[in-house]
Amino acid sequence: MSEIPGDLKYMKSHEWARLEDDGLVRVGITDHAQSLLGDLVYVELPEVGDDVEAESAHAVVESVKAASDVYSPLGGEVVAVNEELADAPERVNESPYDDGWLFVVRPGEADPLAALLDANAYGQLLEDE
Amino acid sequence: MAKHTTLHGKHEAAGARLVEFGGWSMPIHYGSQIEEHHAVRQAAGMFDVSHMTVVDLDGDRCRDFLRYLLANDVAKLQTPGKALYTCMLDERGGVLDDLIVYFLEESFFRLVVNAATRDKDLAWIEARAAAFGVIVRERDDLAMIAVQGPQARERAASVMSADDGAAALALKRFSGAQIADLFVARTGYTGEDGFEIMVPARSAPEFWASLVDAGVRPCGLGARDTLRLEAGMNLYGQDMDETTTPYESALGWTVALDPAERDFIGRDALLRQKEAGVTHRLVGLLLEDRGVLRHGQTIGDSGVVTSGTFSPTLQRSIGFARIPVDAGDTVAVDIRGRAATARVVKAPFVRDGKAQIKV
Repeated sequence: MSEIPGDLKYMKSHEWARLEDDGLVRVGITDHAQSLLGDLVYVELPEVGDDVEAESAHAVVESVKAASDVYSPLGGEVVAVNEELADAPERVNESPYDDGWLFVVRPGEADPLAALLDANAYGQLLEDE
Repeated sequence: MAKHTTLHGKHEAAGARLVEFGGWSMPIHYGSQIEEHHAVRQAAGMFDVSHMTVVDLDGDRCRDFLRYLLANDVAKLQTPGKALYTCMLDERGGVLDDLIVYFLEESFFRLVVNAATRDKDLAWIEARAAAFGVIVRERDDLAMIAVQGPQARERAASVMSADDGAAALALKRFSGAQIADLFVARTGYTGEDGFEIMVPARSAPEFWASLVDAGVRPCGLGARDTLRLEAGMNLYGQDMDETTTPYESALGWTVALDPAERDFIGRDALLRQKEAGVTHRLVGLLLEDRGVLRHGQTIGDSGVVTSGTFSPTLQRSIGFARIPVDAGDTVAVDIRGRAATARVVKAPFVRDGKAQIKV
């Protein structure tokens, strides 16, 4: 059974979003997603300064098996990306909710995570899959 | 509904992630594809390859039949047990399948063909065997386990009786023999030494368990794919099929045009193509830029990546591509709209645990 932290919001496509104290939103893929993908070998991230749109593909994670798009859970501007993943994509497997984060977005609107699933709803989704 | 091999219960118990492959439910990995890959390069791993189809051919004219059926020449097989890798072609020279043929006795040869091509192959072979009085028998009573890696032969021999183990260890490369109730062949699809072992299906789970106890790590089809790619070995349906000839698939070395009087299916088409010259060839690629080569990525107007992956041994992306014969030493691969530079290299990338190309 994969880990689903209670303080995060989720997309059906297995991304997570964390609203941080400074109002920025950190984005990654879930434990379930990394487990499905298997060993990651390459991560393609947006660039700092890029505008991202909610539910659009803005990153790619590749395992030995396949490439998979990562959708942004919210719209806004990218203010940080996890540069360490260039040399250590396996961080996403080892620590999907902490060291394996992908990028940070400054939200373009108020209440940016309102449309996302909470942990219970995401957990239910995984059970129904 | 995907078919199950006799080892399916073992895979489930070991926590394998199962996928459908060629109509069979098979393990893609048991936890970490990369660790499984390294286990084969560094020690010993094993694969359930029971989905592959074993076909026995019986009849006095077996050899004549196979000299007509196959593009490589079984006349090269003079020692019982010796194996040959070959393509089976249609009249246009297209590759119907690639397979291994074992010469066991003058009236008894054994083929191992791919799972996904089983029905097509059996129909093709049976339709042509009758004229030679050859009986075609599918051996679905056999399971098959590939034990591969530098320690593979010793560990596999250790689970046999002393005499049987010694007989297995005495096998020369690319040879097989019936040893008690096992058919043991020193062949594989990983670029490492090892055995492919056919075992009666009913005793396969017990044999698998004994190999686990001997320190052989179960590995899935994921590692099998990265290992064969590093080893420079083609995958049927991906790197070649009916629409390509051996000359367009880096398999010209498996076609025996001599002696000239041997008539085999596809010969005339191959001779015509050889005369006219091919427009495309299959090459190895090493990606110089960041990213991962994948099947289907395009190269210019008429080039395509046929297989691509991340190489756990080289820590770089490698692949095969079919490109125009006049393409240069480097090519631009379209990776999601970005032109990524890849160097054309000679496969294999890795053999017997060692890198064969400079990265």
